[in-house]
Amino acid sequence: MAVTSKTAPAAVTATATTADKPPNKFKQALPQYAAVSPFFILFAIFGAFPVLFSIWISFHSWDGIGEMTWVGLEQYNYLLSDATFWKAIGNTLIIWVLSTVPMLLLALVIANALHNATRFRTFYRVAYFIPNVTSVVAITLVFGSIFSNNFGLLNAFLQSIGLGQVEWLTQPWGIKIAIATIITWRWVGYNAIIYLAGLQAISADVYEAAKVDGASSRQTFWRITVPMMRPVILFTAVTSTIGGLQIFTESRVLFGDTNNIGGPGDAGLTIVSYLYQSAFITNQFGYGAAIGWALFVLIVLFSIINWRLIGGNDDERLTRRAARRVERRIAAQNAKKTAEKTAAAKETADVR
Amino acid sequence: MSVERIRTVVGHVVLMLGVVVSLFPFYWMVVMASNTTPDIFSYPPKLWIGSHLFENMGKVLDNIDFFGSMVITLIASLGVTVLVLFFDSLAAFAFAKYEFPGRNLLFGLLLATFMIPAQLSLVPQFVTLAEFGWIGSLKALIIPGAANAFGIFWMRQYAKGAIPDELISAAKVDGAGFFRQYLTVGLPVLRPGLAFLGIFTFINVWNDYLWPLIVMTDPNRLTLQVALDQLNGIYGTDYSMVMAGALMSVVPLIGVFLIGARSFIADLAAGAMKF
Repeated sequence: MAVTSKTAPAAVTATATTADKPPNKFKQALPQYAAVSPFFILFAIFGAFPVLFSIWISFHSWDGIGEMTWVGLEQYNYLLSDATFWKAIGNTLIIWVLSTVPMLLLALVIANALHNATRFRTFYRVAYFIPNVTSVVAITLVFGSIFSNNFGLLNAFLQSIGLGQVEWLTQPWGIKIAIATIITWRWVGYNAIIYLAGLQAISADVYEAAKVDGASSRQTFWRITVPMMRPVILFTAVTSTIGGLQIFTESRVLFGDTNNIGGPGDAGLTIVSYLYQSAFITNQFGYGAAIGWALFVLIVLFSIINWRLIGGNDDERLTRRAARRVERRIAAQNAKKTAEKTAAAKETADVR
Repeated sequence: MSVERIRTVVGHVVLMLGVVVSLFPFYWMVVMASNTTPDIFSYPPKLWIGSHLFENMGKVLDNIDFFGSMVITLIASLGVTVLVLFFDSLAAFAFAKYEFPGRNLLFGLLLATFMIPAQLSLVPQFVTLAEFGWIGSLKALIIPGAANAFGIFWMRQYAKGAIPDELISAAKVDGAGFFRQYLTVGLPVLRPGLAFLGIFTFINVWNDYLWPLIVMTDPNRLTLQVALDQLNGIYGTDYSMVMAGALMSVVPLIGVFLIGARSFIADLAAGAMKF
């Protein structure tokens, strides 16, 4: 606040003096620098400095209050041999796959249906989006009761159709499925809306052309929809990877016990919950910082893999090629149509 | 025509099923919050809304300082939202509409910050705030989030298209300085974009759990999400009451969302397409 209001008068003088003096580029731009500075100042204090500081902390053994003891790469060394850390990584990746795959597939199905629907569009979009803006804590509590071992709605349902009960919240796989379900439920609608926007950006001419060419709906989907949607799919894949690697609240609230935040057998312990536990429950700040860096490396790694898999590199080339192909078709058809029209016109003229 | 018709009907059935799944947990929340705990845990479970809602809500108020937490959450959410709207739109206005030395470099730097996961700086951020003496105070919730890269990026994209250069030139001719131009030309035109960013920010801060869990250490000054989790931890046996609390924490949020839902969703989708 203070920064901008203090420099605001400078803006007036800076522009006022330009007429008589040769302008100094930097001096002239002072108001603009002032305008963008709050972000950079805040980022320096609460973003950049902490990131650099966290490297420093990770080289120490520190409980957050007492002396910092330099241990060099010891924390990272321990990290690599720490079975709990690897378990947390494994859990996170399993939950990520369990949630992301159904989430993106369902989103694509919903987006397609939404794209074709002409009625109730706004209602659908709002209804699908509501899960995303809901308090994670509250909704995790609801799902916790649905998955509850003895009295849960899901088990009551399974029992009523003659299937046995599943100990969702005590079995390793049950725990992961429960967490993945909450994530999928929260993010399907969000991703569907993003896909819908992508679908709507594809011009109707393209589909028209494919239809005239006699392409089946499957061909249309794989040859037109998917290539044209690549950038959007990449966006959702990368964002859900980054989000998936940062899962915390669901597992923490599901097992609301402060001492064992990973649930029975640590089956729901995620990377971030291990970070939280190390730094803020057992007060190993150095170790917590090291886990933070491991998380960072993972996120970068997975973003690159995603990029490669979805073809981010030749992404533009492919889209362009698809677009060119389609344009050619449209041009050809238009030519054909006009030819037909002129032929028809000629015919009628001849008849007359 | 009839094949088309069948396809349409099937499409709507699929969509309706999805809507039911999307909304069911909210219904279930209301069912649990309006019945007694023994009723919920009976077999077969009660599937209909009961008559104990207000009783359960009363119990929530008896057991945690619900309104106190709500006020803290509201102040934090509104505080962050107002600051973000001001700082982000101001920066976005400058980035979108003015040439200045180093602009592209600064903007690139801003985009690069997207890469850093929030959790990476969790520990040192806590240490920094402890050094400032801000732990447990609202400052810790509001100041670090007062300007963000996402908002500036998004507003810049918006501003580029929405603000005609002629308007700025006209303001310049009238002798308005940069800040004046922002107030008279930028802000009015940017209003729809600000509405989206405002709702987005408000919802995010209201829902945040990890950060308030770490910095709001005074048990009498918890945000709603943390208070709710504590309610569950301590009184988890009284499920109906916990659910009544959950319901009370969700309703304001959904209210805020529904107010601007239509354009909010459209803007969010449009924003994602620009990445």
